[in-house]
Amino acid sequence: MQALSRRWRLPDARYVQIAALTTLLAINFTVIDFGARPAASVVAIACAVLTQLICCWLSGNPLDVRSPVITGLSLSLLLRADVLWLHAAAAVIAISSKFLLRIDGKHVFNPAGLAIVVLLFTTNGVWISPGQWGTAIWFASLAGLFAVLVLSASRRIDIAIFFFAAHAALLLARAAWLGDPPAIPLHQLQSGSLLIFTFFMISDPRTTPDSRVGRLLFAVTVAIAAYYLAFVMQMRPALYVALIALSPLTLVLDRLIPAVRFSWRPSVPKGVST
Amino acid sequence: MTLRFSKLFRTGVAAAAILANAAAVPANAFCGFYVAQADARLFNKSSKVVLARDGDQTSITMASDFEGDVKEFAVVVPVPTFIERKQIGVVEPKTIDHLDKYTAPRLVEYHDEDPCNPRVYEVRRGVPMMAAAGNGREYSMRGHYGVTIEASYDVAEYDVLILSAQESDGLTRWLTDNNYRIPQGAEAVLGSYIKQGMRFFVAKVNVERMKSIGNGTLRPLQVRYQSAKFMVPLRLGTVNARGPQDLIIFALTRQGRIEAANYRTVKIPSDIDVPLYVKDEFGPFYKALFERAVARENMQAVFVEYAWDMGWCDPCAADPLSNKELAELGARWIGSDDDTAFRSPRFAGGGSSAYVTRLHVRYDAKTFPEDIVFIETKDRSNFQGRYVQHHPWRGEASCQAAKAYKDKLDTRFAKEADDVAALTGWPRSEIVAKMAQNGEAATK
Repeated sequence: MQALSRRWRLPDARYVQIAALTTLLAINFTVIDFGARPAASVVAIACAVLTQLICCWLSGNPLDVRSPVITGLSLSLLLRADVLWLHAAAAVIAISSKFLLRIDGKHVFNPAGLAIVVLLFTTNGVWISPGQWGTAIWFASLAGLFAVLVLSASRRIDIAIFFFAAHAALLLARAAWLGDPPAIPLHQLQSGSLLIFTFFMISDPRTTPDSRVGRLLFAVTVAIAAYYLAFVMQMRPALYVALIALSPLTLVLDRLIPAVRFSWRPSVPKGVST
Repeated sequence: MTLRFSKLFRTGVAAAAILANAAAVPANAFCGFYVAQADARLFNKSSKVVLARDGDQTSITMASDFEGDVKEFAVVVPVPTFIERKQIGVVEPKTIDHLDKYTAPRLVEYHDEDPCNPRVYEVRRGVPMMAAAGNGREYSMRGHYGVTIEASYDVAEYDVLILSAQESDGLTRWLTDNNYRIPQGAEAVLGSYIKQGMRFFVAKVNVERMKSIGNGTLRPLQVRYQSAKFMVPLRLGTVNARGPQDLIIFALTRQGRIEAANYRTVKIPSDIDVPLYVKDEFGPFYKALFERAVARENMQAVFVEYAWDMGWCDPCAADPLSNKELAELGARWIGSDDDTAFRSPRFAGGGSSAYVTRLHVRYDAKTFPEDIVFIETKDRSNFQGRYVQHHPWRGEASCQAAKAYKDKLDTRFAKEADDVAALTGWPRSEIVAKMAQNGEAATK
């Protein structure tokens, strides 16, 4: 198996993810409008890279622009604001959280997710548009294809599957209990917003539990919390709020079920994350 | 008696009105002169709903297009909470019609100026053109149906019941035993709402009281409640519908435009230059354009036709609404009930305290399987479905600029023909022929 992975070595997942997110953004600007705006994208990406530069300089870490570019792209795809400075603020919050909110050398929160939740609850100018991705099959296929590439390269396809399965099980159980036709949970599961969250946010290798069992527990807990927020509390950004609120659980799970820490640097041999 | 299930979200046959040559309301020169609008009457099988939302306070006003014997009229609307008498009212139909006209897609016209003698306009941008009984008999009666009549109210010409139920078959039997006819398939939908803890707002017309009031028409019913749920219950209406239906949702909010959280929300194509003859066919033009837009999104999107700060309009397709009308439609935070045009103080950011979104959705059970859930965005940017016609300058070509102008006209006419053909699906040759009759030669 190891021989196979050496010969067919997958590229760094971050390059694949940058390509995937850039493609989605390009689709937004040319084919189907999800609501992302060019100026906001430029501001988010530029501010993310700049914040990373400053934080690396202050902390003495080597600069790597891949991660802030991914965060900037994610923010420009997901966050909506009526003024540009809020996109800049989102990028600064996202990147600086990686350096400031660190425990045991691991940052606690998904950077883009944290920025979105913080701004949703503290300012009066941002929102998210979960309906704008539509439910088209082509979008689901494309997102799925990217996801397989990114997640297999980052070895986090398991948590995406755990989360999606748990979320789907809850929606199907709800429909069965209500006597709703299957068309309703299927419509909910095709949501582009859900796919983006599953493939590009909860599966972030740096903020997921180290062990596979930990990732399973974390994914199921986030799915249950998101269900409660969406259907009981009627909260629309339920997925992000559930993820960010439960992120500290990762630390507990890492302590209880220790495993090899994920690192982008190749010092850790591939295939031993579990 | 026949129960017209969720008639408010269902059909009736409204005459397709051809709107043209309506009273020209002069407006700001920058935005052209308003000449015609495409209001809700244009669409058959259409219903109108006005939502007003302030925090968790929601008001829903439902305008039925019911035509027929008023004794036959009945509605069943799922509501998230128990409703007290003081939370129910009726609204004058003309108030909703006013909001409909104010927010309708509009045709505006410009006149090209003499290219030999151009005037310089002072562009005025963003300058506002300033210009809300019966006795409740509350009792609870739980029979073997598992249905509780939680309250019974006389509301103007309506008899209203607030029902809660334990089982959908109990509710269905109760309705059937009380001489209501239940469409096939409604039971499952009712069951879903019951399990979600929703109540049922049931209204019928009290013919005696209607006569004593002396009101010949059925007025829209309004229900106000406090709930985190921000949605319209479409599903009951799709149960026995024949074909797709149109629903126009007007939302009055404090912060900004609303959009669907579980469907795509798409702006209707706007700011398109159209030939002069479209003025006489603006109704059919907009219908064709809307149908084409619906087809392009596979009937899976909600369309924005208007999104604007209620404090102004430009050009105005109708006079701005008064404080009283807005309060009547549920925007009670305005806190005033006077008859003057709404001009609440603007808060930082340049907006007033009321923002209107007009959404138009064509739906059936297949493409809109679940009820539309809304979110209020912070977006206060203005959008209108606006179609523009430019009257060519017809003077003598006495200067070089005039010759260039005439050359440009041909290109412009050709583009207008292309755009209208693409937007409506009308054959280009027909468009070109009709343009030629007005002296607009789209030769290219």
